[in-house]
Amino acid sequence: MGGAHGHLLHFHGHSAVHRAPAHLKVLALLVFMVTVVATPDDWFAAFGAYLLVLVAVIGLSRVPPTYILKRMVVEVPFVLFAVLLPFVARGPRVEVLGLSLSESGLLAAFGLLATATLGVIASLTLAATTEPQALLKGLERLRLPTTLVQIMAFMIRYLSVVTEELRRMHVARVSRGFEARNPRHWPVLAKSFGALFIRSYERGERVHLAMLSRGYTGKMPL
Amino acid sequence: MHVPDGFFDAPTSVVTGVVAAAAVGVSLRKARNELDDRTAPLVGLVAAFVFAAQMLNFPVVSGTSGHLMGGAIAAVLVGPWTGVLCLSTVLLVQGLLFADGGITALGTNVVLMAVTTVVVGWAVFRGLQVVLPKNTAMVPVCASVGAFVSVPVASLVFVALYAVGGGADISIGGLATAMVGVHALIGIGEAAITFLAVGSILAVRPDLVYGARRVLEQRELVIRSSTTEVAA
Repeated sequence: MGGAHGHLLHFHGHSAVHRAPAHLKVLALLVFMVTVVATPDDWFAAFGAYLLVLVAVIGLSRVPPTYILKRMVVEVPFVLFAVLLPFVARGPRVEVLGLSLSESGLLAAFGLLATATLGVIASLTLAATTEPQALLKGLERLRLPTTLVQIMAFMIRYLSVVTEELRRMHVARVSRGFEARNPRHWPVLAKSFGALFIRSYERGERVHLAMLSRGYTGKMPL
Repeated sequence: MHVPDGFFDAPTSVVTGVVAAAAVGVSLRKARNELDDRTAPLVGLVAAFVFAAQMLNFPVVSGTSGHLMGGAIAAVLVGPWTGVLCLSTVLLVQGLLFADGGITALGTNVVLMAVTTVVVGWAVFRGLQVVLPKNTAMVPVCASVGAFVSVPVASLVFVALYAVGGGADISIGGLATAMVGVHALIGIGEAAITFLAVGSILAVRPDLVYGARRVLEQRELVIRSSTTEVAA
Protein backbone atom coordinates (compact mmCIF):
# COMPACT_ATOMS: atom_id res chain seq x y z
CA MET A 1 0.00 0.00 0.00
CA GLY A 2 2.58 2.54 -1.00
CA GLY A 3 0.38 4.65 -3.22
CA ALA A 4 -0.59 7.28 -0.68
CA HIS A 5 2.93 8.18 0.39
CA GLY A 6 3.67 11.41 -1.37
CA HIS A 7 5.13 13.61 1.31
CA LEU A 8 5.64 13.53 5.03
CA LEU A 9 2.61 13.92 7.26
CA HIS A 10 3.95 16.66 9.51
CA PHE A 11 1.43 19.43 10.27
CA HIS A 12 3.21 22.60 11.33
CA GLY A 13 2.21 23.94 14.75
CA HIS A 14 3.42 25.14 18.15
CA SER A 15 1.04 23.38 20.56
CA ALA A 16 2.07 21.54 23.72
CA VAL A 17 1.83 18.26 21.78
CA HIS A 18 4.14 19.62 19.07
CA ARG A 19 6.65 20.83 21.67
CA ALA A 20 6.66 17.65 23.80
CA PRO A 21 9.97 15.71 23.51
CA ALA A 22 9.76 13.15 20.70
CA HIS A 23 11.08 10.24 22.74
CA LEU A 24 8.25 10.73 25.26
CA LYS A 25 5.70 10.83 22.43
CA VAL A 26 7.02 7.59 20.91
CA LEU A 27 6.99 5.92 24.34
CA ALA A 28 3.47 7.24 25.03
CA LEU A 29 2.27 5.88 21.67
CA LEU A 30 3.84 2.49 22.41
CA VAL A 31 2.41 2.22 25.94
CA PHE A 32 -1.00 3.44 24.76
CA MET A 33 -1.20 0.95 21.88
CA VAL A 34 0.06 -2.00 23.93
CA THR A 35 -2.69 -1.20 26.45
CA VAL A 36 -5.27 -1.02 23.66
CA VAL A 37 -4.12 -4.31 22.10
CA ALA A 38 -4.16 -6.04 25.50
CA THR A 39 -7.75 -4.89 26.21
CA PRO A 40 -10.30 -7.73 25.77
CA ASP A 41 -12.58 -7.20 22.76
CA ASP A 42 -15.76 -6.97 24.87
CA TRP A 43 -14.70 -4.07 27.13
CA PHE A 44 -16.65 -1.64 24.98
CA ALA A 45 -16.42 1.25 27.48
CA ALA A 46 -12.62 1.04 27.56
CA PHE A 47 -12.41 1.56 23.79
CA GLY A 48 -14.67 4.61 24.14
CA ALA A 49 -12.33 5.98 26.82
CA TYR A 50 -9.28 5.41 24.58
CA LEU A 51 -10.98 7.31 21.77
CA LEU A 52 -11.72 10.20 24.15
CA VAL A 53 -8.04 10.32 25.15
CA LEU A 54 -7.01 10.55 21.49
CA VAL A 55 -9.64 13.20 20.72
CA ALA A 56 -8.36 15.25 23.69
CA VAL A 57 -4.74 14.97 22.48
CA ILE A 58 -5.70 15.95 18.92
CA GLY A 59 -7.73 18.89 20.30
CA LEU A 60 -4.70 20.01 22.31
CA SER A 61 -2.42 19.71 19.24
CA ARG A 62 -4.72 21.97 17.13
CA VAL A 63 -4.29 19.64 14.16
CA PRO A 64 -7.59 19.86 12.23
CA PRO A 65 -9.54 16.58 12.70
CA THR A 66 -10.18 16.46 8.94
CA TYR A 67 -6.39 16.31 8.41
CA ILE A 68 -6.32 13.09 10.43
CA LEU A 69 -9.57 11.67 9.00
CA LYS A 70 -8.47 12.10 5.37
CA ARG A 71 -5.31 10.11 6.01
CA MET A 72 -7.05 7.15 7.62
CA VAL A 73 -7.44 5.44 4.22
CA VAL A 74 -4.34 3.29 4.94
CA GLU A 75 -6.66 1.21 7.09
CA VAL A 76 -9.09 0.25 4.30
CA PRO A 77 -7.74 -3.21 3.29
CA PHE A 78 -8.03 -4.45 6.85
CA VAL A 79 -11.54 -3.05 7.24
CA LEU A 80 -12.48 -5.41 4.41
CA PHE A 81 -10.91 -8.33 6.30
CA ALA A 82 -12.81 -7.32 9.46
CA VAL A 83 -16.09 -7.15 7.53
CA LEU A 84 -15.53 -10.72 6.30
CA LEU A 85 -14.80 -12.13 9.78
CA PRO A 86 -18.42 -12.50 11.03
CA PHE A 87 -19.23 -14.54 7.92
CA VAL A 88 -16.33 -16.96 8.07
CA ALA A 89 -15.74 -17.39 11.82
CA ARG A 90 -17.03 -20.51 13.54
CA GLY A 91 -19.06 -20.97 16.76
CA PRO A 92 -22.64 -20.03 17.72
CA ARG A 93 -24.41 -17.82 15.20
CA VAL A 94 -26.85 -14.94 15.56
CA GLU A 95 -29.34 -13.45 13.13
CA VAL A 96 -28.60 -9.84 12.20
CA LEU A 97 -30.85 -8.24 9.56
CA GLY A 98 -31.61 -11.72 8.16
CA LEU A 99 -27.94 -12.70 7.89
CA SER A 100 -26.53 -15.54 9.94
CA LEU A 101 -23.36 -14.22 11.56
CA SER A 102 -20.90 -15.76 13.97
CA GLU A 103 -20.98 -14.25 17.47
CA SER A 104 -17.26 -14.64 18.04
CA GLY A 105 -16.58 -13.33 14.55
CA LEU A 106 -18.64 -10.19 15.24
CA LEU A 107 -16.75 -9.57 18.46
CA ALA A 108 -13.36 -10.18 16.82
CA ALA A 109 -14.30 -7.88 13.95
CA PHE A 110 -15.25 -5.17 16.43
CA GLY A 111 -12.00 -5.65 18.35
CA LEU A 112 -9.92 -5.53 15.18
CA LEU A 113 -11.69 -2.46 13.79
CA ALA A 114 -11.58 -0.58 17.11
CA THR A 115 -7.89 -1.35 17.78
CA ALA A 116 -6.73 -0.72 14.21
CA THR A 117 -8.65 2.57 14.05
CA LEU A 118 -7.23 3.74 17.39
CA GLY A 119 -3.77 2.70 16.19
CA VAL A 120 -4.05 4.63 12.94
CA ILE A 121 -5.38 7.77 14.70
CA ALA A 122 -2.63 7.59 17.35
CA SER A 123 0.15 7.04 14.78
CA LEU A 124 -1.20 9.84 12.60
CA THR A 125 -1.20 12.16 15.61
CA LEU A 126 2.45 11.34 16.30
CA ALA A 127 3.38 11.79 12.63
CA ALA A 128 1.45 15.07 12.35
CA THR A 129 2.98 16.64 15.46
CA THR A 130 6.58 15.43 15.24
CA GLU A 131 9.17 16.67 12.77
CA PRO A 132 11.35 13.91 11.28
CA GLN A 133 14.52 15.44 12.78
CA ALA A 134 12.95 15.55 16.25
CA LEU A 135 11.77 11.97 15.85
CA LEU A 136 15.30 10.84 14.97
CA LYS A 137 16.73 12.58 18.03
CA GLY A 138 14.00 10.95 20.13
CA LEU A 139 14.82 7.50 18.76
CA GLU A 140 18.48 8.10 19.58
CA ARG A 141 17.52 9.00 23.15
CA LEU A 142 15.52 5.76 23.28
CA ARG A 143 18.85 3.98 22.65
CA LEU A 144 18.08 2.76 19.17
CA PRO A 145 21.44 1.71 17.62
CA THR A 146 23.22 4.79 16.21
CA THR A 147 23.74 3.16 12.83
CA LEU A 148 20.02 2.44 12.51
CA VAL A 149 19.16 6.05 13.37
CA GLN A 150 21.72 7.27 10.81
CA ILE A 151 20.25 4.99 8.15
CA MET A 152 16.78 6.37 8.94
CA ALA A 153 18.16 9.92 8.78
CA PHE A 154 19.61 9.33 5.31
CA MET A 155 16.47 7.61 4.12
CA ILE A 156 14.25 10.49 5.27
CA ARG A 157 16.68 13.06 3.92
CA TYR A 158 16.76 11.52 0.44
CA LEU A 159 13.16 10.28 0.30
CA SER A 160 11.89 13.28 -1.62
CA VAL A 161 14.98 13.29 -3.88
CA VAL A 162 14.42 9.67 -4.89
CA THR A 163 10.64 9.97 -5.27
CA GLU A 164 11.17 13.12 -7.36
CA GLU A 165 13.59 11.15 -9.53
CA LEU A 166 10.88 8.52 -10.00
CA ARG A 167 8.38 11.24 -10.90
CA ARG A 168 10.77 12.74 -13.47
CA MET A 169 11.15 9.31 -15.07
CA HIS A 170 7.36 9.10 -15.21
CA VAL A 171 7.20 12.50 -16.93
CA ALA A 172 9.91 11.38 -19.36
CA ARG A 173 7.99 8.22 -20.23
CA VAL A 174 4.70 10.03 -20.68
CA SER A 175 6.28 12.76 -22.81
CA ARG A 176 7.49 10.01 -25.16
CA GLY A 177 3.95 8.73 -25.54
CA PHE A 178 4.24 5.80 -23.13
CA GLU A 179 1.29 4.78 -21.03
CA ALA A 180 1.39 1.60 -18.95
CA ARG A 181 -1.88 -0.27 -19.35
CA ASN A 182 -1.14 -3.99 -19.02
CA PRO A 183 1.67 -6.48 -18.26
CA ARG A 184 3.05 -6.07 -21.80
CA HIS A 185 4.37 -2.69 -20.64
CA TRP A 186 6.19 -4.12 -17.62
CA PRO A 187 9.65 -4.30 -19.28
CA VAL A 188 9.69 -0.50 -19.64
CA LEU A 189 8.61 0.01 -16.02
CA ALA A 190 11.16 -2.56 -14.84
CA LYS A 191 13.91 -0.62 -16.67
CA SER A 192 12.82 2.52 -14.83
CA PHE A 193 13.01 0.50 -11.63
CA GLY A 194 16.53 -0.63 -12.52
CA ALA A 195 17.65 2.87 -13.45
CA LEU A 196 16.25 4.20 -10.17
CA PHE A 197 18.21 1.57 -8.23
CA ILE A 198 21.46 2.40 -10.02
CA ARG A 199 20.97 6.14 -9.52
CA SER A 200 20.11 5.70 -5.83
CA TYR A 201 23.09 3.41 -5.20
CA GLU A 202 25.49 5.71 -7.02
CA ARG A 203 24.08 8.68 -5.13
CA GLY A 204 24.77 6.77 -1.91
CA GLU A 205 28.39 6.31 -2.97
CA ARG A 206 28.75 10.00 -3.85
CA VAL A 207 27.18 11.04 -0.55
CA HIS A 208 29.66 8.83 1.29
CA LEU A 209 32.61 10.36 -0.55
CA ALA A 210 31.29 13.86 0.11
CA MET A 211 30.99 12.99 3.81
CA LEU A 212 34.55 11.65 3.92
CA SER A 213 35.89 14.79 2.28
CA ARG A 214 34.16 16.83 5.00
CA GLY A 215 35.80 14.85 7.80
CA TYR A 216 33.23 12.11 8.53
CA THR A 217 34.52 9.75 11.20
CA GLY A 218 31.50 7.53 11.75
CA LYS A 219 29.40 9.84 13.91
CA MET A 220 26.72 12.14 12.59
CA PRO A 221 25.58 15.45 14.00
CA LEU A 222 21.78 15.02 13.89
CA MET B 1 -0.16 -4.62 3.01
CA HIS B 2 0.97 -3.61 6.45
CA VAL B 3 -0.56 -5.39 9.43
CA PRO B 4 -2.30 -2.80 11.67
CA ASP B 5 -2.58 -2.77 15.46
CA GLY B 6 -4.94 -5.31 16.94
CA PHE B 7 -4.54 -8.05 14.36
CA PHE B 8 -2.54 -10.19 16.74
CA ASP B 9 -2.81 -10.39 20.53
CA ALA B 10 -0.26 -8.74 22.82
CA PRO B 11 1.97 -11.83 23.50
CA THR B 12 2.34 -12.58 19.77
CA SER B 13 3.17 -8.93 19.08
CA VAL B 14 5.82 -8.93 21.83
CA VAL B 15 7.41 -12.18 20.59
CA THR B 16 7.54 -11.02 16.96
CA GLY B 17 8.92 -7.70 18.21
CA VAL B 18 11.78 -9.49 19.98
CA VAL B 19 12.48 -11.67 16.92
CA ALA B 20 12.46 -8.60 14.67
CA ALA B 21 14.80 -6.66 16.99
CA ALA B 22 17.22 -9.60 17.07
CA ALA B 23 17.15 -9.94 13.27
CA VAL B 24 17.78 -6.22 12.78
CA GLY B 25 20.59 -6.30 15.37
CA VAL B 26 22.37 -9.18 13.63
CA SER B 27 21.87 -7.57 10.21
CA LEU B 28 23.31 -4.27 11.50
CA ARG B 29 26.49 -6.01 12.61
CA LYS B 30 26.85 -8.11 9.43
CA ALA B 31 26.10 -5.16 7.13
CA ARG B 32 28.68 -3.03 8.94
CA ASN B 33 31.27 -5.75 8.40
CA GLU B 34 30.46 -5.68 4.72
CA LEU B 35 30.03 -1.96 4.10
CA ASP B 36 32.01 -0.40 7.04
CA ASP B 37 31.41 3.35 7.20
CA ARG B 38 29.51 3.35 3.91
CA THR B 39 26.65 1.62 5.76
CA ALA B 40 24.59 4.68 6.73
CA PRO B 41 24.52 6.57 3.41
CA LEU B 42 24.26 3.46 1.21
CA VAL B 43 21.62 1.61 3.20
CA GLY B 44 19.72 4.87 3.68
CA LEU B 45 19.66 5.57 -0.06
CA VAL B 46 18.71 1.98 -0.91
CA ALA B 47 15.92 2.16 1.71
CA ALA B 48 14.68 5.38 0.10
CA PHE B 49 14.80 3.55 -3.23
CA VAL B 50 12.74 0.61 -1.87
CA PHE B 51 10.21 3.09 -0.49
CA ALA B 52 9.97 4.88 -3.85
CA ALA B 53 9.93 1.60 -5.79
CA GLN B 54 6.86 0.50 -3.84
CA MET B 55 5.12 3.56 -5.33
CA LEU B 56 5.81 2.37 -8.89
CA ASN B 57 2.56 0.70 -9.91
CA PHE B 58 2.52 -2.13 -12.42
CA PRO B 59 -0.86 -2.32 -14.21
CA VAL B 60 -2.42 -5.80 -14.33
CA VAL B 61 -5.87 -5.73 -15.97
CA SER B 62 -8.34 -2.87 -16.43
CA GLY B 63 -7.59 -0.54 -13.56
CA THR B 64 -6.03 -2.96 -11.08
CA SER B 65 -2.34 -2.67 -10.42
CA GLY B 66 0.23 -3.96 -8.00
CA HIS B 67 3.62 -3.00 -6.71
CA LEU B 68 6.72 -4.86 -5.65
CA MET B 69 7.16 -5.96 -2.03
CA GLY B 70 10.84 -6.08 -2.82
CA GLY B 71 12.26 -8.52 -0.25
CA ALA B 72 13.78 -10.99 -2.69
CA ILE B 73 15.02 -8.37 -5.14
CA ALA B 74 16.63 -6.37 -2.31
CA ALA B 75 18.43 -9.53 -1.15
CA VAL B 76 19.78 -10.19 -4.66
CA LEU B 77 20.76 -6.56 -5.30
CA VAL B 78 22.42 -5.60 -2.01
CA GLY B 79 22.80 -8.88 -0.13
CA PRO B 80 20.64 -10.47 2.57
CA TRP B 81 21.93 -8.52 5.60
CA THR B 82 21.70 -5.13 3.97
CA GLY B 83 18.36 -6.21 2.48
CA VAL B 84 16.84 -6.98 5.89
CA LEU B 85 18.16 -3.66 7.15
CA CYS B 86 16.71 -1.68 4.21
CA LEU B 87 13.25 -3.21 4.40
CA SER B 88 13.14 -2.92 8.20
CA THR B 89 14.07 0.77 7.96
CA VAL B 90 11.35 1.29 5.37
CA LEU B 91 8.78 -0.34 7.66
CA LEU B 92 10.00 1.67 10.67
CA VAL B 93 9.71 4.97 8.79
CA GLN B 94 6.34 3.99 7.32
CA GLY B 95 5.05 3.09 10.78
CA LEU B 96 6.35 6.20 12.58
CA LEU B 97 6.04 8.92 9.93
CA PHE B 98 3.30 7.63 7.62
CA ALA B 99 1.04 5.76 10.08
CA ASP B 100 1.23 2.75 7.75
CA GLY B 101 1.31 -0.39 9.89
CA GLY B 102 0.61 -0.29 13.62
CA ILE B 103 3.40 0.39 16.11
CA THR B 104 2.58 -2.77 18.10
CA ALA B 105 2.51 -4.68 14.80
CA LEU B 106 5.92 -3.31 13.75
CA GLY B 107 7.67 -6.50 14.86
CA THR B 108 5.15 -8.63 12.97
CA ASN B 109 5.54 -6.51 9.84
CA VAL B 110 9.33 -6.72 10.03
CA VAL B 111 9.21 -10.50 10.53
CA LEU B 112 6.80 -10.98 7.61
CA MET B 113 7.95 -8.41 5.06
CA ALA B 114 11.60 -7.82 5.86
CA VAL B 115 12.96 -11.03 7.40
CA THR B 116 10.83 -13.78 5.79
CA THR B 117 10.83 -12.43 2.23
CA VAL B 118 14.55 -11.60 2.26
CA VAL B 119 15.65 -14.85 3.90
CA VAL B 120 13.44 -17.08 1.74
CA GLY B 121 14.21 -15.12 -1.42
CA TRP B 122 17.95 -15.30 -0.74
CA ALA B 123 17.92 -18.99 0.25
CA VAL B 124 16.07 -20.01 -2.91
CA PHE B 125 18.29 -17.75 -5.01
CA ARG B 126 21.52 -19.20 -3.61
CA GLY B 127 20.19 -22.75 -3.76
CA LEU B 128 19.37 -22.41 -7.44
CA GLN B 129 22.63 -20.65 -8.17
CA VAL B 130 24.53 -23.66 -6.87
CA VAL B 131 22.54 -26.06 -9.05
CA LEU B 132 22.11 -24.08 -12.26
CA PRO B 133 24.87 -23.16 -14.73
CA LYS B 134 27.02 -20.31 -13.47
CA ASN B 135 26.56 -17.50 -15.92
CA THR B 136 25.06 -14.04 -15.67
CA ALA B 137 21.99 -15.00 -17.70
CA MET B 138 20.89 -17.29 -14.86
CA VAL B 139 20.98 -14.57 -12.18
CA PRO B 140 17.61 -12.99 -13.07
CA VAL B 141 16.07 -16.48 -13.37
CA CYS B 142 17.21 -17.50 -9.87
CA ALA B 143 16.12 -14.11 -8.49
CA SER B 144 12.64 -14.41 -9.95
CA VAL B 145 12.11 -17.92 -8.57
CA GLY B 146 13.25 -16.61 -5.17
CA ALA B 147 10.78 -13.76 -5.46
CA PHE B 148 7.97 -16.11 -6.47
CA VAL B 149 8.54 -18.44 -3.50
CA SER B 150 9.09 -15.66 -0.95
CA VAL B 151 5.60 -14.15 -1.25
CA PRO B 152 3.42 -17.24 -0.50
CA VAL B 153 5.87 -18.31 2.24
CA ALA B 154 5.43 -14.91 3.92
CA SER B 155 1.66 -15.37 3.70
CA LEU B 156 2.04 -18.83 5.31
CA VAL B 157 4.03 -17.28 8.18
CA PHE B 158 1.17 -14.79 8.54
CA VAL B 159 -1.33 -17.68 8.78
CA ALA B 160 0.88 -19.46 11.33
CA LEU B 161 0.99 -16.28 13.44
CA TYR B 162 -2.78 -15.93 13.08
CA ALA B 163 -3.24 -19.52 14.29
CA VAL B 164 -1.22 -18.66 17.42
CA GLY B 165 -2.32 -15.13 18.20
CA GLY B 166 -5.17 -14.16 15.90
CA GLY B 167 -8.37 -12.63 17.21
CA ALA B 168 -11.16 -14.64 15.59
CA ASP B 169 -11.99 -18.33 15.64
CA ILE B 170 -11.80 -19.03 11.92
CA SER B 171 -10.81 -22.14 10.01
CA ILE B 172 -7.01 -21.95 9.75
CA GLY B 173 -7.00 -24.38 6.82
CA GLY B 174 -9.43 -22.14 4.93
CA LEU B 175 -7.39 -19.03 5.74
CA ALA B 176 -4.20 -20.76 4.62
CA THR B 177 -5.76 -21.84 1.31
CA ALA B 178 -7.11 -18.36 0.61
CA MET B 179 -3.93 -16.56 1.61
CA VAL B 180 -1.54 -18.86 -0.25
CA GLY B 181 -3.81 -18.83 -3.32
CA VAL B 182 -3.93 -15.04 -3.51
CA HIS B 183 -0.26 -14.66 -2.69
CA ALA B 184 0.82 -17.22 -5.28
CA LEU B 185 -0.80 -14.91 -7.86
CA ILE B 186 0.93 -11.89 -6.33
CA GLY B 187 4.14 -13.94 -6.36
CA ILE B 188 3.87 -14.43 -10.13
CA GLY B 189 3.80 -10.65 -10.59
CA GLU B 190 6.65 -10.22 -8.12
CA ALA B 191 8.67 -12.87 -10.01
CA ALA B 192 8.06 -11.24 -13.41
CA ILE B 193 9.03 -7.76 -12.22
CA THR B 194 12.08 -9.10 -10.34
CA PHE B 195 13.22 -10.97 -13.46
CA LEU B 196 12.91 -7.89 -15.68
CA ALA B 197 14.41 -5.47 -13.15
CA VAL B 198 17.42 -7.62 -12.21
CA GLY B 199 18.02 -8.23 -15.91
CA SER B 200 18.00 -4.53 -16.69
CA ILE B 201 20.44 -3.73 -13.85
CA LEU B 202 22.75 -6.59 -14.86
CA ALA B 203 22.87 -5.21 -18.38
CA VAL B 204 24.08 -1.79 -17.18
CA ARG B 205 25.98 -2.25 -13.91
CA PRO B 206 26.52 -5.98 -13.23
CA ASP B 207 29.03 -5.05 -10.51
CA LEU B 208 26.23 -3.54 -8.39
CA VAL B 209 24.28 -6.81 -8.21
CA TYR B 210 25.42 -8.53 -5.01
CA GLY B 211 24.01 -11.91 -6.10
CA ALA B 212 26.02 -11.83 -9.33
CA ARG B 213 29.41 -11.30 -7.67
CA ARG B 214 30.43 -14.96 -7.59
CA VAL B 215 29.41 -15.36 -11.22
CA LEU B 216 31.35 -12.26 -12.26
CA GLU B 217 34.46 -13.44 -10.42
CA GLN B 218 34.47 -16.61 -12.48
CA ARG B 219 34.06 -14.75 -15.72
CA GLU B 220 37.26 -14.60 -17.71
CA LEU B 221 38.36 -11.63 -19.69
CA VAL B 222 38.04 -12.50 -23.35
CA ILE B 223 40.17 -10.44 -25.69
CA ARG B 224 38.71 -10.37 -29.15
CA SER B 225 40.63 -9.11 -32.12
CA SER B 226 38.88 -8.06 -35.28
CA THR B 227 38.94 -10.90 -37.79
CA THR B 228 38.72 -8.72 -40.85
CA GLU B 229 41.88 -6.66 -41.08
CA VAL B 230 41.29 -3.13 -42.16
CA ALA B 231 43.24 -2.41 -45.28
CA ALA B 232 45.96 0.10 -44.61
